[in-house]
Amino acid sequence: MALTREQMAQRVAREMQDGFYVNLGIGIPTLVANYVPEDINVMLQSENGLLGMGTFPDESCIDADMINAGKQTVTSIKGASIFSSAESFAMIRGGHVDLTVLGAFEVDVEGNIASWMIPGKLIKGMGGAMDLVAGADNIIVTMTHASKHGESKLLKKCSLPLTGAGCIKKVLTDLAYIEITEGKFFLKEIAPGISVDEVVSKTEGELVIPEKISVMEF
Amino acid sequence: MAGFDKVVSGYAEALEGLDSDMTIIAGGFGLCGIPEGCINKIKEMKVSGLTFVSNNCGVDDFGLGLLLKDKQIKKMVSSYVGENALFEKQVLSGDIEVELTPQGTLAEKMRAGGAGIPAFYTATGYGTPVGEGKEVREFSGRKYILEESITGDFAIVKGWKADRYGNVIYRHTAQNFNPMAATAGKVTVVEVEEIVEPGELEPAQIHTPSIYVDRLVLGSFEKRIEQRTVAAG
Repeated sequence: MALTREQMAQRVAREMQDGFYVNLGIGIPTLVANYVPEDINVMLQSENGLLGMGTFPDESCIDADMINAGKQTVTSIKGASIFSSAESFAMIRGGHVDLTVLGAFEVDVEGNIASWMIPGKLIKGMGGAMDLVAGADNIIVTMTHASKHGESKLLKKCSLPLTGAGCIKKVLTDLAYIEITEGKFFLKEIAPGISVDEVVSKTEGELVIPEKISVMEF
Repeated sequence: MAGFDKVVSGYAEALEGLDSDMTIIAGGFGLCGIPEGCINKIKEMKVSGLTFVSNNCGVDDFGLGLLLKDKQIKKMVSSYVGENALFEKQVLSGDIEVELTPQGTLAEKMRAGGAGIPAFYTATGYGTPVGEGKEVREFSGRKYILEESITGDFAIVKGWKADRYGNVIYRHTAQNFNPMAATAGKVTVVEVEEIVEPGELEPAQIHTPSIYVDRLVLGSFEKRIEQRTVAAG
């Protein structure tokens, strides 16, 4: 079985380490916050200017001046700090965030990522995605391995306009965990019950298969 | 308190001199920390052909979205404009021009503009449509694009508290783009929830020092919430 969104979030959460500052994008990345291991502390960065994002508020303490990057009302945790957008992106662009998780439409063997624009559809904007992929070193992209029609999203060359060039090294899909180096995809882990053949057939770019493949456990 | 007293009588005085075809820098993220009163006044003034530099463009019936109805905005410089149906319509019909700018680059363009820095290199946008036509330079083996800074004829800013001199403090995440916007206007107008006397605010806690502020106006705010989310259970 392909991984559920929750299982994908669970797998990504295992990449977190105690003391990490983490930026989570919209969608599956947001769910990662639910699976932070109990024995570690991480601090979530919200690009609108909050380091130490907490849960959603109770009805009684909703505050219009307290939102996250998705414009949702949130709270802050003890030890949080709040600052300007320039400060927030100095953290991001200066490489101070330890882990960034974001979604994408396509990734290719050169580490290019396309995530913000589909030509012919109305363009809403890139928000902070271009800053995040250019500024962070440790990025995990989460996306389904192929489209609903079975077309691979792990490509030789991205077909959509890029969000960033040569910046992606790790991709978690619903089928596999893949790393990118030297212009190739490397299959590192596979989802339980998924065959290597299926991953191969749904990966357009060159995929290196190791002799022994570890299967993700949940 | 002559000289340094920035308090004006109301929004009419605060926005005196703001005219059609000007460039206006606005603080705010989504609907959070937007200069509501200035926007409402600009709507009333019926000026048009405006260029707005603002992370977002409000929603259809609140914030900068209010200026769309009478087609007062000619161009938006923003990182994300997806919350607004009327905006989409005007983009598709060619009534409005959009310059999509990465959020960090947008913040830095305002910051640099206010700090007298005409342009800066950034890795953000290199190799993407944002980088097309821009100068590329390599530093330590990595490629960067040259981005020009932004200044405005006016900057409109939402603060929480200010003293009469225009020392401003923002509240929670309503800070966002406001401090940079405040530095980048030829005329900077700040609207706040409370005005206090000089000396009442702790000097080291000031977010925007008074030197950037030209006019200070006491407002009242709706503070609409865009995505009202509460904890489960």
